[in-house]
Amino acid sequence: MSPALAWRAFVAQARVELLLTVRRGENLLVTLAIPLLLLVFFSAVPLLPPPSFGGRQVDQVAPGILALAIVSTGLVSLGIATAFERSYGVLKRLGGSPLPRPALLGAKTLAVVVTEVVQVVLIAIVAVLLGWAPSGGVLGGVIAALPWLLLGSVAFAAMGLLLAGALRAEAVLAVANGLYLVFLLLGGIVIPLDHLPAAIAVPASLLPPAELAGLLRGTLEPGGTIDPLQAAGLAAWAVALVAATLLTFRTE
Amino acid sequence: MSDAIVLERLTKEYGGRVVLDNLDLSVHAGELFALLGPNGAGKTTTVEIVEGYRTPDGGSVRVLDHDPRRESGAVRPQMGLMLQSGGLYSQLRPIEALELFAAFYPDPLPPLELLANVGLARAARTRYRDLSGGERQRLSLALAIVGRPRLAILDEPTAAMDAQARRETWRVLQELREGGTTILLTTHLLDEAERLADRVAIIDRGRLVALGTPVELRRGLGAGPAASGAPSGPELPSAMPGAPVVERAAGDVREVRLELTAPLDSDRLARLGRLPGVDALRIDRPGVYVLRTGTPGELLVELSTWLLAIGVEPLAIRVGQGSLEDVFLRLVGEGGEP
Repeated sequence: MSPALAWRAFVAQARVELLLTVRRGENLLVTLAIPLLLLVFFSAVPLLPPPSFGGRQVDQVAPGILALAIVSTGLVSLGIATAFERSYGVLKRLGGSPLPRPALLGAKTLAVVVTEVVQVVLIAIVAVLLGWAPSGGVLGGVIAALPWLLLGSVAFAAMGLLLAGALRAEAVLAVANGLYLVFLLLGGIVIPLDHLPAAIAVPASLLPPAELAGLLRGTLEPGGTIDPLQAAGLAAWAVALVAATLLTFRTE
Repeated sequence: MSDAIVLERLTKEYGGRVVLDNLDLSVHAGELFALLGPNGAGKTTTVEIVEGYRTPDGGSVRVLDHDPRRESGAVRPQMGLMLQSGGLYSQLRPIEALELFAAFYPDPLPPLELLANVGLARAARTRYRDLSGGERQRLSLALAIVGRPRLAILDEPTAAMDAQARRETWRVLQELREGGTTILLTTHLLDEAERLADRVAIIDRGRLVALGTPVELRRGLGAGPAASGAPSGPELPSAMPGAPVVERAAGDVREVRLELTAPLDSDRLARLGRLPGVDALRIDRPGVYVLRTGTPGELLVELSTWLLAIGVEPLAIRVGQGSLEDVFLRLVGEGGEP
């Protein structure tokens, strides 16, 4: 296939991936509505203890919500959509077409990145309306957080694809949504881990959601610091999940 | 290049069960080749090996002069596939799916015209999940041919279609073949193979049991034992590959089909079976009898004379050859659902 044709194939596939992202209504619920709702709820209702660093409630809620957005796009949205594409035979059909595999992966990556950009922008806007004042300012803070957002995206997209390539679609639906809920409540995303009992907090701190949320808190909370162990841990998860996905993914 | 597909001594096992057993098969360039067989005969496995989805345990595969698995980059752009199990994004519309696949090929057919040609013009903007089974099949066919393939491989292309959709699909396939595309299709419909195919291969339990043009296969039946006879093996005398097709005036076994308004009683039935020239008698259903004969002309005279003598008016009398169905049933047995 000539480079020009491969590019045309990529553009067409990317267009379809983006179109489908918008058309899946339940997708928008989990990627946009739930994170924004939780952001507003936990910032406005004083359920959590006030932030230890001073400042407003939104300052400790927003970084976790950004982590949740990454989890919802990679694990839930990409994982479930890919699982059904596999179960319906879409991946098999595409595999029998001349569409180059890198073009398919590139198109899916683009759809994930575009979704995440929209999520981050909307979350930032709503958070600012709630008085968010991250360290380094909103723009500077988000830019400083980009490496962690990117690393988290790789880890959670790989987690979604790992499930999608191994389990039945219905099982992926259940497992991905279940993990989403567990990560949301016990993964250090909405409720900081130091508010949870040690029996939960210690093991949870070694899992990717807590590491991603921790890195985002360290970057965005006033006076926060990055824990290099968390950064190394998340990177190790990302490498392990990508490797496991490459080894086990089946298109049929 | 004379052969688009060459399979030699192909074997495949799944968990100790032999699915393909030394299968040899060649599909000539430009022909429409039908693979016929009962469920579980190995049709889909054969097709998926040709498509590059599976690796055979033994034997060799050449598709358009390439290895379909190791050289898929060379084969895929020239090949259009219609899978039995190939679905599509449920939220996508036929026109969008076709535009997507059109972008994978250098010189695709115009999507809108193609949709109209397969009879999907009105469903062009219906989401895939809302299409009927037959409409999905039509879309699948369109996706297989949008890239003007040299070789189209269609697994059960008319399954789930009603009679009219099937006829339209046959027309599309005939046009495709006239345009020079080589077509390999699997089917469980005997009349589909008989009507469309240049050559038909019947496989059973992973082995080739008959190969030839529909005419050769029917002729081969006539030269063999009676249709209801013992399930003999692959020895179809004139059904061998490359056997010349020669119309023989005499010695050709034909069938005379007789339809009456009421069934014959047993005495008359016995008399019918003893008419001069009758080699075998089969009751198709009450009042419909099929007489096998080598001398249809003489039998017609005898039959009319006898019917006149006993005062029975025939509803219809037709002379024909055996059908592919007879060949099929003889080769794979009555139990084999085609």
